[in-house]
Amino acid sequence: MNIIVPLRQVPDLVEDLEIDASGKDLDREWLKYKINEFDDHALEEALLLKEDVGGTVTAMALDGDDVDKLLFTAAAKGADKLIKVTGDFPQPLSSHAIARALASAIQGMDYQLILIGVQAVDELDGQVGVLLAHYLGVPHVSVVTGVQVTNGKAVVHKEYAGGVMGEFEVTLPAVLGIQAARQTPRYAPVSRVRMAMRKSTIEEVSASDTAAGGTPEIRKLFKPEKGAGAQMLDGSPEEVAEKIVSILKEKGIV
Amino acid sequence: MSDVLVFAEHLQGNFTDSTFELLGKGRELAAATGDHLVAALLGNGVDDMVHQLGAADKVVAVEHDQLAEFNPEAHTLALKAVVQAVNPAIILIPYTSMGMDLASALSADLDIPLASYVADVRVEDGKLVTVSQMYGGKVNVESEIAGNQKIVSVLAGAFPADAGKKEGSPAVEKLDPPAELSNLRVSFKQLIEPEGGDVDITQQDVLVSIGRGIQSEENIPMVEELAQKLGGAVSASRPIIDNKWLPKSRQVGKSGLKVKPKLYLALGISGAPEHIEGMKDAELIIAINSDPNAPIFEYAHYGVVGDLFDIVPVLKEKLG
Ligand SMILES: Cc1cc2nc3c(=O)[nH]c(=O)nc-3n(C[C@H](O)[C@H](O)[C@H](O)COP(=O)(O)OP(=O)(O)OC[C@H]3O[C@@H](n4cnc5c(N)ncnc54)[C@H](O)[C@@H]3O)c2cc1C
Ligand SMILES: Nc1ncnc2c1ncn2[C@@H]1O[C@H](COP(=O)(O)O)[C@@H](O)[C@H]1O
Repeated sequence: MNIIVPLRQVPDLVEDLEIDASGKDLDREWLKYKINEFDDHALEEALLLKEDVGGTVTAMALDGDDVDKLLFTAAAKGADKLIKVTGDFPQPLSSHAIARALASAIQGMDYQLILIGVQAVDELDGQVGVLLAHYLGVPHVSVVTGVQVTNGKAVVHKEYAGGVMGEFEVTLPAVLGIQAARQTPRYAPVSRVRMAMRKSTIEEVSASDTAAGGTPEIRKLFKPEKGAGAQMLDGSPEEVAEKIVSILKEKGIV
Repeated sequence: MSDVLVFAEHLQGNFTDSTFELLGKGRELAAATGDHLVAALLGNGVDDMVHQLGAADKVVAVEHDQLAEFNPEAHTLALKAVVQAVNPAIILIPYTSMGMDLASALSADLDIPLASYVADVRVEDGKLVTVSQMYGGKVNVESEIAGNQKIVSVLAGAFPADAGKKEGSPAVEKLDPPAELSNLRVSFKQLIEPEGGDVDITQQDVLVSIGRGIQSEENIPMVEELAQKLGGAVSASRPIIDNKWLPKSRQVGKSGLKVKPKLYLALGISGAPEHIEGMKDAELIIAINSDPNAPIFEYAHYGVVGDLFDIVPVLKEKLG
């Protein structure tokens, strides 16, 4: 079974995020990037499926900062093929444009599953996975936590609220929006990533569709109002703990 | 036509809160443009549900076996038929597990622009303006959507549900189910109920809730002890559950449980929108986080910028 896993680098959210001079984007100069958490899960699930039923895993990303490292890391974890999709992409890059570009690169490839992160933290017009499925004309299920493949069909679990799940059978090829792999994503030590850089090659495929559209026009980015929320408790751990205890006493909790 | 259409989401026979939140907001948007509020109701045997949608002027329903339970493919086809029949200016879909399958699919199939992750939406000088959350709640983005039609996918809990909860008997129009429903590639098999846990976190007065900041499984007994001293239990954010450090029954948030304890003590939780959804109505929220910009501080009543490993031991000591 051939599985394609699109991957994306996103800003590390523990960092300070600053808005740039245009007011419409983040100041990206000092941003630290890391793999989108749910993409890491999608890759893990793909590698586990390959271990179950055989086949290949292709990691794919749109050209951009830090993308080679992202792809080599995927190879270090066990991806068989690395594809970088190149093209003159509209900026700012929307989910719609990403999905069109990926679809044009994937069209004609031999695949049975596309496992994609259920969402990235930095997009404002929906989900690439569902859009991609529709541009490719294949079915999709998003918010998926369990994937099994038998007799050319995938049986998947989709999470609703409150821990309730729906079980679906999906004919292949299909796109699945992965929320969590069945186990914690594996880790690739730096030495393995270095080895992958020497041994693997990144194939470049140019996107034939780089149209924009489908997305709202950004007016401005702004940070949520500070202090709208919490009253901050300052001091040493000792003082802070004392303050918390007195609040709890006042509210009758202890 | 410039009506507002709301996707009426239901699971296991009950409308979700999101449905009422969107009906309330939809009512407001329809009033601003002087148009109708229409609810799209998809299912099988929906007549008994219609009276709960009194906030809408009209219900447009599609009934079919394949719509008895949510199915990403079947519901997309049916909702598309409703959109084509109603031809609304604004389509409101919840940014929930179901809505995530529908909104983007409609946008791609019908070529209608889409704003997701929306926390606020309004009409301003004849333009539709949305505010979406991005970057795990650390940044907001205000944008406007052009075109005669737009889809707005709204975060659960963004608007009050009460505004949309109204008994009534709106007119019901039933559409013929699309023929493609008899030839689907996705088939629903069953609903799986969550396994009962050792504790029911929705019934606890006190929750000590841990996030990725707890770092490792070995640190959990420390918070278990704190929870015990406070007469409560330990709950957690999604990564803790995905790591299998705690059972799924302890998860708070979008795909976990909604909790409303007297005290929610959040330790090392950033406050992503999916987590906030599950705990924002707690009576007292105290958050400890080492990042002064963590979004959790917008929702907490009291906040401490600091290392949980410094504070928790002292707090335990003070509680005796
Ligand atoms: C469809 C969908 C459904 C989801 N459902 C849920 C859900 O039900 N529940 C849920 O929680 N999430 C859910 N998520 C995931 C959500 O988007 C976030 O990824 C998640 O809530 C982040 O968890 P966290 O805050 O523990 O981790 P992080 O965001 O990584 O935050 C960790 C925090 O700990 C702080 N920290 C680190 N070390 C310390 C220390 N020593 N002392 C104090 N603070 C420290 C950091 O500053 C940081 O703010 C869902 C996502 C999707 C896409
Ligand atoms: N530039 C990209 N290259 C490859 N995959 C991407 C890219 N952007 C987004 N994706 C994939 O689409 C998923 C959903 O993203 P989003 O729709 O932005 O929430 C991500 O988790 C990635 O798997």
